[in-house]
Amino acid sequence: MDNIQPAVKMCGITKRFGTVVANDNCTLELYRGEILALLGENGSGKTTLMNMLAGIYYPDEGQIFVDGKEHSIRSPKDALDLGIGMIHQHFKLVDVLTAAENIVLGLHEPGRFDMKAVSAKVRAICDQYGFDVDPDMKIYDMSVSQKQTVEIVKVLYRGANILILDEPTAVLTPQETDTLFNVLRNMRRSGKAIVIITHKLHEVLDVSDRVAVLRKGVFVGSVRTQDTSIGEMTNMMVGHAVTLNIDRPAVKDPKSRIEVKDLTVISEDGIKKLDDVSFDIRTGEILGIAGISGCGQKELLEAIAGLQPVESGSVEYITDDGSREQLLGRNPLDIAQLGVSLSFVPEDRLGMGLVGSMDLTDNMMLRSFRNGHSIFADRKAPKQLAERVVDKLNVNTPGLSTPVRKLSGGNVQKVLVGREIAAAPTVLLTAYAVRGLDINSSYMIYDLLNRQKEKGVAVVYVGEDLDVLVELCDRIMVLCAGHMNGMVDGRSASKNDIGLMMTRLAKKEEKTDEH
Amino acid sequence: MSTEAEKKSSEAAKVPFVRIAKRTALPIWKSWGIRLLSVLLALIISALFIFSVTGLDPIAVYVVMWDGTFKSSYSFITTLRDTAMLLCISVALAPAFRMKFWNIGAEGQVLAGGLCTALVMIYLGNLLPQWLLLPLMFVSAVAGGALWAFIPAWFKARWNTNETLFTLMMNYVAINIVDCLTNIWRGAKSSMGNINASTQAGWFPLIFGYRFTLNIIIVAVLSVGMYMYLRFTKHGYEIAVIGESENTAKYIGINVRKVVVRTMLLSGAICGIAGFITVAGKNMTISSGTAEGFGFTAIIVAWLAKFNPGYMALISFLLIFLQKGATQIASSYAALNDYASSIVTGIILFCILGSEFFVNYSLIFRGKHQKGGEKA
Amino acid sequence: MSLVIAWINRAVWFGTVIMFGSTGEIITERSGNLNLGVPGLMFLGGFSGFAGAYYYENSTQHPSAVLSVLIALLCAFLTAMLGGLLYSILTVTLRANQNVTGLALSIFGSGVANFFGVQVLNGGTSVKASFANTVFTAKIPGLSAAGVFGDIFFSYGFMVYVAIIVALLVNHFIYHTHFGLNLRAVGENPATADAAGIDVTKYKYLATCIGAGITGLGGVYYVLDYGYGTWSTANSIEALGWLAVALVIFATWKPRNIIWGAYVFGLFYWLYNYLPNIMGFTLPNYAVQLIQTVPYVVTILVLIFISMKKKKDSQGPAALGLAYFREER
Repeated sequence: MDNIQPAVKMCGITKRFGTVVANDNCTLELYRGEILALLGENGSGKTTLMNMLAGIYYPDEGQIFVDGKEHSIRSPKDALDLGIGMIHQHFKLVDVLTAAENIVLGLHEPGRFDMKAVSAKVRAICDQYGFDVDPDMKIYDMSVSQKQTVEIVKVLYRGANILILDEPTAVLTPQETDTLFNVLRNMRRSGKAIVIITHKLHEVLDVSDRVAVLRKGVFVGSVRTQDTSIGEMTNMMVGHAVTLNIDRPAVKDPKSRIEVKDLTVISEDGIKKLDDVSFDIRTGEILGIAGISGCGQKELLEAIAGLQPVESGSVEYITDDGSREQLLGRNPLDIAQLGVSLSFVPEDRLGMGLVGSMDLTDNMMLRSFRNGHSIFADRKAPKQLAERVVDKLNVNTPGLSTPVRKLSGGNVQKVLVGREIAAAPTVLLTAYAVRGLDINSSYMIYDLLNRQKEKGVAVVYVGEDLDVLVELCDRIMVLCAGHMNGMVDGRSASKNDIGLMMTRLAKKEEKTDEH
Repeated sequence: MSTEAEKKSSEAAKVPFVRIAKRTALPIWKSWGIRLLSVLLALIISALFIFSVTGLDPIAVYVVMWDGTFKSSYSFITTLRDTAMLLCISVALAPAFRMKFWNIGAEGQVLAGGLCTALVMIYLGNLLPQWLLLPLMFVSAVAGGALWAFIPAWFKARWNTNETLFTLMMNYVAINIVDCLTNIWRGAKSSMGNINASTQAGWFPLIFGYRFTLNIIIVAVLSVGMYMYLRFTKHGYEIAVIGESENTAKYIGINVRKVVVRTMLLSGAICGIAGFITVAGKNMTISSGTAEGFGFTAIIVAWLAKFNPGYMALISFLLIFLQKGATQIASSYAALNDYASSIVTGIILFCILGSEFFVNYSLIFRGKHQKGGEKA
Repeated sequence: MSLVIAWINRAVWFGTVIMFGSTGEIITERSGNLNLGVPGLMFLGGFSGFAGAYYYENSTQHPSAVLSVLIALLCAFLTAMLGGLLYSILTVTLRANQNVTGLALSIFGSGVANFFGVQVLNGGTSVKASFANTVFTAKIPGLSAAGVFGDIFFSYGFMVYVAIIVALLVNHFIYHTHFGLNLRAVGENPATADAAGIDVTKYKYLATCIGAGITGLGGVYYVLDYGYGTWSTANSIEALGWLAVALVIFATWKPRNIIWGAYVFGLFYWLYNYLPNIMGFTLPNYAVQLIQTVPYVVTILVLIFISMKKKKDSQGPAALGLAYFREER
């Protein structure tokens, strides 16, 4: 391949955000007629690197060559002019416009502005690739996968020949994923260069020709997919072979702590996020929750924590002496006033669990500022707590008065988990507690959770990495599109079983939709 | 490998001339240095403006402007009086803005407070003793201002109704109601004149020879109180959390709706007090112009001061100083008039507003940070 | 009957002022810029248009109608546009807060207009640009004499029709052209628009400047037609400027609604002067102000209504009031 001119060549690319180095001297080549998988853990800088190719960010250092010629890509428009189109993980669609309007957005085709002609052309593309989307439908009426379809059609419509897809399968059912991969193969056949950003190894094997790996912002190398193995790719991704060996202390005397019955949640857009979910959370064990992202995990935890209005069902807290308290219909403050010590590490750390612009002390105060009868808030105790957390969890920070936004992802998480554990909870809910964290920080978090479990706390761990789930959790509940698809024993269940349960219902639903 | 070709094309490729990056932090002296520079720049622009329009020596004009405030002790204390008024409204807006609630309705809330004050003075002025009358005026002013703020706040809390536009509209409702009532009170006369001119019922007592001494004292107390409230109390903390992240507020169980309404009641109440001290301590009457547009200027003051009452006092003083100075030059030079103050105020505000950019962002010019590759 | 016609006429004159103001503001707001400087822009446009016409007709023996109109409109449009440019530099390039910048522009605009206004007044209380006033109020010959029909529809100066045409053109522009589609996207979701290759900065600048220019035309219409061609320090441009902001909400950000909305506001605003006479009763003069509150109250009700309905199509642009920085994260 060395003799062929690469379609894209990125040389020595460095990008910093403040003190954080997102990409450090990265080099990447992409050829026409290939699908390149850009592999890396969450937070390894894959998206940032591609954003620079798509003109969203501008590199601090380095050069980008397209077809052998150096280009300065200063805006998405520059990228599009070079035939580079990116499908972002967070869709870039305007809600109040129709699919067709979104598709022609920013295009300046000669001639009269004719939405009917556009719609016809969109339909033609859909027919060609087997997509199903109504060009005249407003985006706010669409489901997630429909929105992604619009994004893909948008790029096709523009005739992009270098395509970047940022974790496109995260929101798709297996069938939709298959369809997508077929489309990608078709495009490869017609000589397009395609990058697919992912951290799922089986997808890499399934669809890619070559795989490039990033680790902590550094380019590790690239290999031909057919010459590599899952083991080698994992090695490249994490630096050493994954032998997780996460501790799993034995469960002692589990008792039901929270009983969830027939919980149904309907989102503001009218989508059923949880459908008749029933289970219990027990003391002294870690309950894992598995599922494709966006399958109701967020709503489930938030409903228990008093943050999510529910349609029907019940969530009862069972105290040590057996009395029951209904948690639904109460906000977090009411729940705390019942004497229920419930801690919650939400998925959105800086947007919900912490206040990014406030310093460590003020963030520690979030849970405790109401203490005491004075109208003045006490800052002494939170400050001591902050010192303890920084000390015990090795938080890397210039000082207690540093805004937490300036800390790295792992340190932010330590601050948040440290605070939540400090409240001596009886129930600890965690959502993606190790997302974006390095290996060491992740193990520290597993350790913290295990220690809570040993103290008799009822721990819930919502995770995305099945390897971790089966090694850490005592029981694992599998969610699929809001349905509870099963509850398995963490010690005996296999990853494959869980993977199957995560997708099974999606098929059923599709069939009922068609009739 | 075609490194030669790459090098050549790298020279041809265009790097943007200037790029913008968010600053991580700037030392305090630097950020205030930038702001000070912007004020200086504004004064230079204003001087150029004065010179180009009138041909007057700008330095001489600035000297006369200085006289507007420092000519006599009376001119100085009236400057303080007006500063207090502007500061009072800015202080009122601070908690709302801290919460990111855009209360553009201060003008109307001040009028509502002033109107309630006037109502009590007119209808109860001759029935009640002064010691009872003043507190009653105060309470009704607070209630009036708070009510005017409560209406948009409730709809914001309940329906997320756009508060910027709602409060803006409420101003004109208040202005028209005041016009209507003053119309009734003045009857056939051309203006209302002082309320209770003969009995002076409800007027502030003279302290150090001025009625408005009390205004200055009240506003000083309010400013210190607001600083403490925002900085040290639980309420202040709740307001800050909501302002930074409403999701976090919900997550820790802050009742956002309640705090929004409570904070706006406070904001409106202090605006009401501003109306109270204007009517009872300064004008002794009411008209739709009682708030003097300070309700709008205060928005800018509160925003520029980053909700810190100390900085608010400084900026308020600067703006009133300019206004007094402009009046002074208007009476000294035939070629200038009162409206010059609005122009100079505008120029200063634009410059300070623009300077915030250089505090928050840094510019990276072509050539910097381009170390990659070539060895020269 | 003649009273009803007079009322309608008055409402149309009044409505034309705020129709220009709102049309300009809609273009601006569609780009995500909430420019609260409308009163200032109308002051700037009103004064400079007046000054241009006034100096022109005093500088020549035989002023030409076409030149008078051109000078007045160009002065108004360009001056207000400069105001819009200032606002754009501060809010788009320097990312200053929009509300605060808009209010500062209102103070500045009225200051500039009145400062130079006093110079033009030269000690007097009002001056008149008689020729320009005649030109601006000239009715269409023939049609205006067509009885009641003519009285209602054709007894106005040309700017009344220009306002309608501009509003219609803007409506067409926003909903039926590529540029309009892009503009809507910029106001709804600038990050998306940016990713689609739209130059967000350029759109914001152009929309704000052109919008400001159109708003300025409302100012010049106010002075040269609605205000009988006179400039004085006592005028109600400011109140009309805020009404124009209100009308944008009333029209739920759709230019086609502005056309009738402006006249409805006009009817309400002047109701006190005509309705009592028509109905045959007298109104105490203090009630005048209460009735003039109606447009504001109605706007508040519309605001509440659209927030309760939560229908996405009738909300304002989603990114209204927010600065955009591509590398924000």
